[in-house]
Amino acid sequence: MSNIDEAWSFLTTAQNWTGANGLTTPTFDGGWSWASDSIIALGIEHLLMSVAAVAIAAVIGLPLGVYLGHLRKGGTATVIASNVSRAMPTLALLTLFAASAIGFGNRAVIIAVAIFALPPILTNTFTGMSDVDAQVRDSAQGIGMTPFQVATRVELPLAVPLIAAGLRTSSVQSVATVPLAALVAGGGLGVIINTGIATQRYGQVLAGGIIVAAFALTADAVLGRLQRSVTPPQLRATGAVKTSA
Amino acid sequence: MARGTVEPMDAPANPWFSWQYLERNWGEVADAFVIHIQLTLLAVAIAVAIALPMAILARRIPRLARPIMGFTGVLYTIPSFALFALLAPYTGIGRTTVLTGLVMYALLILVRNILVGLEGVDADVVDAARGIGYGDTRLLFAVELPNALPSMVAGLRLATVSTVALVTVGVVVGYGGLGQLMFRGLQSDYRAQIATSALLCLVLALVLDVLLLLAGRAAMPWSRLSGTRTRRRAARRQLKSVESAA
Repeated sequence: MSNIDEAWSFLTTAQNWTGANGLTTPTFDGGWSWASDSIIALGIEHLLMSVAAVAIAAVIGLPLGVYLGHLRKGGTATVIASNVSRAMPTLALLTLFAASAIGFGNRAVIIAVAIFALPPILTNTFTGMSDVDAQVRDSAQGIGMTPFQVATRVELPLAVPLIAAGLRTSSVQSVATVPLAALVAGGGLGVIINTGIATQRYGQVLAGGIIVAAFALTADAVLGRLQRSVTPPQLRATGAVKTSA
Repeated sequence: MARGTVEPMDAPANPWFSWQYLERNWGEVADAFVIHIQLTLLAVAIAVAIALPMAILARRIPRLARPIMGFTGVLYTIPSFALFALLAPYTGIGRTTVLTGLVMYALLILVRNILVGLEGVDADVVDAARGIGYGDTRLLFAVELPNALPSMVAGLRLATVSTVALVTVGVVVGYGGLGQLMFRGLQSDYRAQIATSALLCLVLALVLDVLLLLAGRAAMPWSRLSGTRTRRRAARRQLKSVESAA
């Protein structure tokens, strides 16, 4: 049987989606975890992990980016942060965390992915805030707005398209990074691929690859829609919105 | 410690860095490092060799530009972990799979950057070159490519640095350079091994980035001139004297 046939039969077997014993498995300490033999359970886990990571990154990155961008300070630092994060292999951070007090599993993965999700949010928020036309800022000040009002009522609305682009980039990137969790005993859709390689079932590996790729492409498409919908129509055509950081 | 006291049976020390580890495993670390460098350089070189003609073709035939950009965008969204999984059933476990995946990602970054660089060349400059009788080939090598160089170098740096990081994902198919050491260090809970290989990855990325930056500067003496501080200061002074005269 060829790999494609095997992948097809893996994908069309209902039990691979629902799991042999449902979506959850009881753990030895009385709790439960997502079943690792169910595509649906792993998909939900994947999504939750990605959302958690982006949420952490956004909670830190958005206020910091708004603050620094408003003051127009720290631009070099944000650039350095994003460059270092590009050079740092995700696997390095994952293994470093797993070997440290943070330990194995999903929590370490979420923290690591959040760290990589931070730079796009931070740099885009910073750029969006600090690139607001100086004359616009001036006139806002001229009609008597306080610095806080300038930041929240003038700069922030104008920065929204770029901030949305940053959130999209970091979300898609998170969805693409979470599969690595399978290498450090975490969950998510990478488990399908990892199990397949460990048991030399290449049909399953192929199927896992297709699922993860489809998941990432769907996330990108959905977020692209969202990004477009929060961008004011006037700003869409001008090319002011960069889709990637 | 005083003689006679009983040493407690503590867990063995597990430091984040140890020279002893490096000394005793130097051969292995060096091997992984060399594999990592080879994979990176080979992948980027192959990617450049494919990306350059592709971008030039897309520039010459504008109808191709949109599909190429769209296709590379979609491919770039596919996670590396999934790409290695898609390739592994056909190219097997090991070097070929990793190299193919790395070339694909580097290719995507390079094609986009080269194309953006070529499209950004001032139309007046191209017009002027045509006006003084430049043919297609001469126009490409003497005008368009040099003018696209800043964007090309930026793409090359980005592709190289990402490739260094991406090599480690090759662990999935058992050929990840320094990633292999990281993974083994994780399995045996050996912190020094993980930290050393992570550090070497960062150093490699930094060194290659700086080398490319310097190479780019050497290749573009004109961009250096306009960027120097003295030059800018001189321009500002001139502007001021003009203003005060007015």
